[in-house]
Amino acid sequence: MVNLKKDSLIIANKKFNSRLIVGTGKYRSMSECAKAIKLSGAEIVTVAVRRVNISDKNKPLLMDYIDPKKITYLPNTAGCFNSKEALRTLRLAREIGGWKLVKLEVLGDKKNLFPDMIETLKSTEVLAKEGFKVMVYCNDDPLMAKRLENSGADAIMPLAAPIGSGLGIQNKINIQIIRKQTKLPLIIDAGLGQASDATIAMELGCDGVLVNTAIAKAKKPFEMALAFKNAVIAGRQSYKSGRIDKILMGNPSSPSKGII
Amino acid sequence: MKKIKKIKIKINGKIKSITQDTHLSIVLKNLKIPLNKVAIELNEEIVDKKKINKIKLNKNDKIEVVHFIGGG
Repeated sequence: MVNLKKDSLIIANKKFNSRLIVGTGKYRSMSECAKAIKLSGAEIVTVAVRRVNISDKNKPLLMDYIDPKKITYLPNTAGCFNSKEALRTLRLAREIGGWKLVKLEVLGDKKNLFPDMIETLKSTEVLAKEGFKVMVYCNDDPLMAKRLENSGADAIMPLAAPIGSGLGIQNKINIQIIRKQTKLPLIIDAGLGQASDATIAMELGCDGVLVNTAIAKAKKPFEMALAFKNAVIAGRQSYKSGRIDKILMGNPSSPSKGII
Repeated sequence: MKKIKKIKIKINGKIKSITQDTHLSIVLKNLKIPLNKVAIELNEEIVDKKKINKIKLNKNDKIEVVHFIGGG
């Protein structure tokens, strides 16, 4: 049995037992979101930075449902389409209460939501210089991943497929190449649709996965949260166990000697 | 008697009329903003929350108050 207790995920010198990061968007209610997070076992959740609703002072706050002392908040720049907006958002996030571990996501197209890698790269450099620990949402291009690493990224987070698409990992080869070239935490971010997609990501050697829509929009979010938790553990165990080589022809499982 | 002068400011995109020289801390207090859960910008510059009781607001000041909400 693989001792997964000692197999922690380390991001920017911080240790986490769970390799599943979940988003807090798209849930029907905050209580549903909080329960799904609990069931998923996630220790890191992504959050967005938005204006306080000043006309409705009694609107529930995320922090009332998910305690930032118990769960690591990962402020995200979702909705930012250039470096300026992303930097402004994360500087504000840090100001809310000292958050330095952040997720950078600079989008380039409103329809496919692919990351704008030029703006992403520029932002990574600035944020790293300002002392942020930057987990970077990126495309699955090994060269760009290397550039991000050289610019001071703390984690590389390539997409599996477009955000919210549920298509699963489209480019396993690129993910494996990125895995081979980097020692940084490699986390699949965006595009997963079902629990088995997370297992595949982990079996490719990724250090973790980030899931939002696949859990929040599942018919039964609580069950799906649990399924993702188990899928990540299964994939990690499988990866650490060392899979067999693939061969073209059959290889019988029972000995041929002694056949009657 | 000194006449009270009203000015217009913008907070989170909404126009608000306040008395000139009102401190930022008063405006936030009146809106019941939980200071430990937000970040504040004044004219696109981040404001140190410890200094809001020293900042007097001027005509056309733009304030942004942000917090964390659910997101992916």
